[in-house]
Amino acid sequence: MTAPLLLIEGLYKTFGGLTATDNLTLDVRAGEVHALIGPNGAGKTTVINQLTGELAPNAGRILLDGQDITALPVHARVHRGLGRTFQIVQLMGTYTALDHVALAVQAHQGHSFRFFRAARDDRGLRDPADALLERVGLKARADEPVASLSHGERKQLELAVALAMEPRLLLLDEPMAGLGAVESAQMVELLQSLKGRFAMLLVEHDMEAVFSLADRISVLVGGRAIATGSAADIQADPAVRVAYLGEGDA
Amino acid sequence: MHDPFKFSGKALIAIAILIAALVALPFIANAVGLPATTPLATRLLIYAIAAGSLNLVLGFGGMISFGHAAFYGVGGYTVGILFQHVRIGEPLFGFIPGTEQFLIAVPAAILVAGAFALLIGALALRTSGVQFIMITLAFAQMLFFLFVALKRYGGDDGLIIRRRNALFGLNMRDDLTFYFVVLIVTIGFYLLLWRIAGSRFGMVLGAIRQNERRVAALGIAVYRYKLAAFTIAGMGAGLAGGLVANYARFVSPDMLHWTKSGELMVMVILGGAGTLLGPLFGAFALVTLETVLSGWTERWQLFLGPILLLIILYFRGGLSGLFKFIGGGGK
Repeated sequence: MTAPLLLIEGLYKTFGGLTATDNLTLDVRAGEVHALIGPNGAGKTTVINQLTGELAPNAGRILLDGQDITALPVHARVHRGLGRTFQIVQLMGTYTALDHVALAVQAHQGHSFRFFRAARDDRGLRDPADALLERVGLKARADEPVASLSHGERKQLELAVALAMEPRLLLLDEPMAGLGAVESAQMVELLQSLKGRFAMLLVEHDMEAVFSLADRISVLVGGRAIATGSAADIQADPAVRVAYLGEGDA
Repeated sequence: MHDPFKFSGKALIAIAILIAALVALPFIANAVGLPATTPLATRLLIYAIAAGSLNLVLGFGGMISFGHAAFYGVGGYTVGILFQHVRIGEPLFGFIPGTEQFLIAVPAAILVAGAFALLIGALALRTSGVQFIMITLAFAQMLFFLFVALKRYGGDDGLIIRRRNALFGLNMRDDLTFYFVVLIVTIGFYLLLWRIAGSRFGMVLGAIRQNERRVAALGIAVYRYKLAAFTIAGMGAGLAGGLVANYARFVSPDMLHWTKSGELMVMVILGGAGTLLGPLFGAFALVTLETVLSGWTERWQLFLGPILLLIILYFRGGLSGLFKFIGGGGK
């Protein structure tokens, strides 16, 4: 088997007395969708934030394509191919949907130390951004300021922004959170259509979505992975049933 | 469209009228027997440059710099010190010859102020929020006391510049000539600000103000862009300082005092932070109010305060918001 795209080795993170990530080892293979599930407080978002570089682990290593990225700042990791979406959408209130994607295209093209040409007239930014908005089904809303987009549309926009960065690995932090049944199904369909183009590490509570998308699933409890395997393996795993799926799912 | 840096036909006409009014102003002032208006208007334009430069960090970039007057003062002293070395006929530090050429002294003021901004920004931008405010203030006060201590250049008393810098054989002593020099520089400066605000750099800067975390997640090294904006803003303040040194033929540590930084902030906020022409309106309003009120009463600040308070409370976009409201162009 080839080396995994992302390898997390012995990751360890504490906040004061609380151990949020406890000797976590996990890998994501090229092109696969690996879901990270676990009860609230299991430390899923903490893992994501250590992968993106917003949090520094106390110990352990993160390797992307065999290279140690543990000490790299947030922006440098993005250029190595690590994209993300946020659980709580992070957008710029006065910018339009198109502005957001165009800014991501611009960032992907390299530095932005260009001071004179009007960025909003730049077809080299606007055309690819338009295409991405179409891809996620937001083309009709391109010129709306994000303040007037619905929650579902903002989630779609988050995804379009992430796609503009052409990631090799996309970290999806609860892409279905707060979506209605219809929107949620659309998002699953959208992610399904992107499957294989790049690897995804999917943090999600919506089990239906997880089971339909994920190639492998890891279950995080108390900051450690108690099981990794296919959907069937996970559903059959007695430890998982006790810790997580348990009575609440019955 | 929601592009604030693209002007509608109406806005373009308004800008054309504004420029025409500024060109006509000294002639009208002379005709109605108020020749003192021309130097006052010169001072207004210079403040508009200083406030416009602060707006780049404060309004567009969301960095609350409370030490902007430092760069204004450094620009002023650059012109003053270069002139002083012509007068005493001895090079600065033993190798930099003095100059009284406008086209050398003022660009030097821009560069020296920019260098200080780069240095101070590099340290201050490691912090944010209240810490950033305090650090920029502290650096500015350090420079203030440095110039107070520089007895060689007048210390506390300031430095008198006997003649304005020379430019193309123009009679710079003439207030009207000097006004037009400053007007051209001001228009050029605001054109530059307009281009920057709408550029790729400007888009990044505006995004940083609104959501720094998001911008970093796009793979953008936020710190570099903030530092670039801080440096450009310092250069703009240096330009204003270089002009005011020529205008007043005098520089003093007062130019760097924290109250001057505060005044520039008031101009930006009063005019409308993050709007292109806001700082210009703010500078005009503040200096005009000061002039008019201080003509009426010695306790003019007692009246200035409530007026500022009302504008800021009732028009969230400052004067720019007020104009939009009147023009019906707003939402």
